[in-house]
Amino acid sequence: MTTTAEVAALTEERREYKYGWTTDIEQEFAPPGLNDDTVRFISAKKDEPAWMTEWRLKALRHLEKMEPPTWQFLPYGYEQPDLQAISYYAAPKQAPKSLDEVDPALLETYEKLGISLNETKALLGITDASPADAARSREEAELAEFGAKANGDGSEIPTTVEGKPVAVDAVFDSVSVATTFQKQLAEAGVIFCSISEAIREHPELVKKYLGSVVPYADNYYACLNSAVFSDGSFVYVPKNTKCPMELSTYFRINAQNTGQFERTLIIADEGAEVSYLEGCTAPQRDENQLHAAVVELVAEKDAKIKYSTIQNWYPGDENGKGGIFNFVTKRGVCNGDRAHISWTQVETGSAITWKYPSVIMKGDDSKGEFYSVALTTLRQQADTGTKMIHIGKNTTSTIVSKGISAGHGHNTYRGLVEMRKSATDAHNFTQCDSILIGDRCGAHTFPYVDVRNTTATAEHEASTTKIAEDQLFYCTARGISEEDAMSLLVNGFCKEVFSELPMEFAVEANKLLAVSLEGSVG
Amino acid sequence: MTTPLLEIKNLHVRLEDQPAVEILHGVDLTIMPGEVHSIMGPNGSGKSTLAQVLAGKEDYEITEGSIEFRGEDIAELGPDERANAGLFLAFQYPVEIPGVSAMQFLKAAVNAKREFEGKDELDAAALLKHFRAKAEQINVPYDMLKRNVNEGFSGGEKKRFEIFQMAVLGSVLGVLDETDSGLDIDALRIVSDGVNSMRGDERGFLLITHYQRLLEYIVPDHVHILVGGKIAKSGGKEVAAELEQTGYAPFGVNEAVGAGA
Repeated sequence: MTTTAEVAALTEERREYKYGWTTDIEQEFAPPGLNDDTVRFISAKKDEPAWMTEWRLKALRHLEKMEPPTWQFLPYGYEQPDLQAISYYAAPKQAPKSLDEVDPALLETYEKLGISLNETKALLGITDASPADAARSREEAELAEFGAKANGDGSEIPTTVEGKPVAVDAVFDSVSVATTFQKQLAEAGVIFCSISEAIREHPELVKKYLGSVVPYADNYYACLNSAVFSDGSFVYVPKNTKCPMELSTYFRINAQNTGQFERTLIIADEGAEVSYLEGCTAPQRDENQLHAAVVELVAEKDAKIKYSTIQNWYPGDENGKGGIFNFVTKRGVCNGDRAHISWTQVETGSAITWKYPSVIMKGDDSKGEFYSVALTTLRQQADTGTKMIHIGKNTTSTIVSKGISAGHGHNTYRGLVEMRKSATDAHNFTQCDSILIGDRCGAHTFPYVDVRNTTATAEHEASTTKIAEDQLFYCTARGISEEDAMSLLVNGFCKEVFSELPMEFAVEANKLLAVSLEGSVG
Repeated sequence: MTTPLLEIKNLHVRLEDQPAVEILHGVDLTIMPGEVHSIMGPNGSGKSTLAQVLAGKEDYEITEGSIEFRGEDIAELGPDERANAGLFLAFQYPVEIPGVSAMQFLKAAVNAKREFEGKDELDAAALLKHFRAKAEQINVPYDMLKRNVNEGFSGGEKKRFEIFQMAVLGSVLGVLDETDSGLDIDALRIVSDGVNSMRGDERGFLLITHYQRLLEYIVPDHVHILVGGKIAKSGGKEVAAELEQTGYAPFGVNEAVGAGA
């Protein structure tokens, strides 16, 4: 039943992608094609000032001189997206002015995805507890580590984290349709809104920081994004402020023949602290859709940003047909001393993922972290990892990467640890583990280490294992089905990364992995 | 008439990927509820194979004979179904499961069994209460449950944890595969006390062991000597005592050159 050949044969079975439906809503589109008119159209739609339009056009000029990257490891190859065939703007026709005016079809869409855009409901979530519940809470806490409280079934954004509501920015194709809890956040001085709104309302901040971490000329897809980015989230946390709740953005691609090009900018001013989560899903379609996002994080002196992603874009089918191309640039800069940026990602979706959330540690004693679980099954190809750039003295970085390959999936870790000349006493620790399920998948590792300072140290540990038959037998001999045993073992493998996620998210991540691995054993 | 807990008839077993190698050549064994049986035998006699076949390990093929558990033929059942039906194998070498806490593991096992029985999952509070009660009964430190399954456990802890799992699951037949191996006297006593605390009218045990030592702590009702894949002698607990005197020599086995386990 679990011989390698049989496992491999059974991995053919495709899992159900439960977010594959579409919302029937009247939308307006930009005509397909990429040119000055497209850029001007988007900019006009968003009522942008001239400086923004100019910046976009500059990016477009630069893109015309660039070639798409070819260095990624793609055993199955891929068909390069035709940028002229994509419509760069798709939005529900009726733009909501406030939460109350959001089209019910959209609210329903997000409810179906498990995201509540209803502030009252999210708030009620915290006042529901009865005294009896409180008495039990100690025991609950003990069990919390194995998710006894959860009742969703994968990749849903919880409405509360540790009893506090989560503020949500919901991005539907090219526009942000709702941002919750803006008022409560504003009282704390925190700005949380769509990037479009930020460009209009907070131009001084956007001008100062947009493109400061990922310049428009950085790479091909970041450059494309700079020209045509539609929506995304903007966060500014003022000096010495701890953001009072978790912030999150939920990205949903709905329309056909479009891509999603969101832009997120998060700034934590001196001594500020914020935790931000993003989740993503898309309908099941036969053609590939492009998701080329840019995320920039700026942590000033003594600031801390924690950024978590649960990515569950449609992965395509077992023959590699359809699925999202997830070509994303994510980078953060620790501008001041003792700044701290931490990336946690759980990547289970997309046909192809290229993504290297990075940290540039400029400030002395600043810290960068990257915790990643990447799962590839079906014919998914993931080339993902991180770049840790040490510039300041005494900077430390930690990389924990867990790759899971099943079916015909290929999983590549690619990471760069760079210690510049100035990085006295810098330290990096990298742990890079891969697990293989079946014998038709692959795990690959490309670590780059570049140390220019003799006092700097870099440690690298790596392992590749198979799910051991004796472990599976031990679990099944206790009554646990093989499928549950597999997900238990894989979750154990990912524990160090999941423990970095807010608890409710860790539970969802657990379940998402279990769902994604369905059909991987007999 | 009472249905036997376990009834093995003329069991022939060979290795799945080496069909020429037959390990068990016609084993008969009946265990009634409440009985403790011991199978003793030299290395390579097929003791551990019998334990693994009972639990449903895939590497073996039954070519003849039958295994009935509580009146049902279980030869075609997977290991999980057998476990949920109430059969428990205490492993000779319990396996480490990195990153999975004992609590998480047991929660999965308990709820799998409840699902099998058509019951609702136990909530967190009920589970913890159950774990605490069993930890006390088997003399297992509760903190063990917060550690990862068998990871960094000493030999004694691993075996204690096996018995604890059986208590938590409430299995009716415990097959203990060389549970005494690698234990010092204190650990052996704790493990044996745990097993003895579970003995009762409904529950049976099959103790697989090389040495008589374990049987001083867990006194069996019946002892069988397995040699070369067949039961060579059966009797009461006195058989173990005789064996202590004579060794396996009367059964044509020279222990000094015995095959590997």
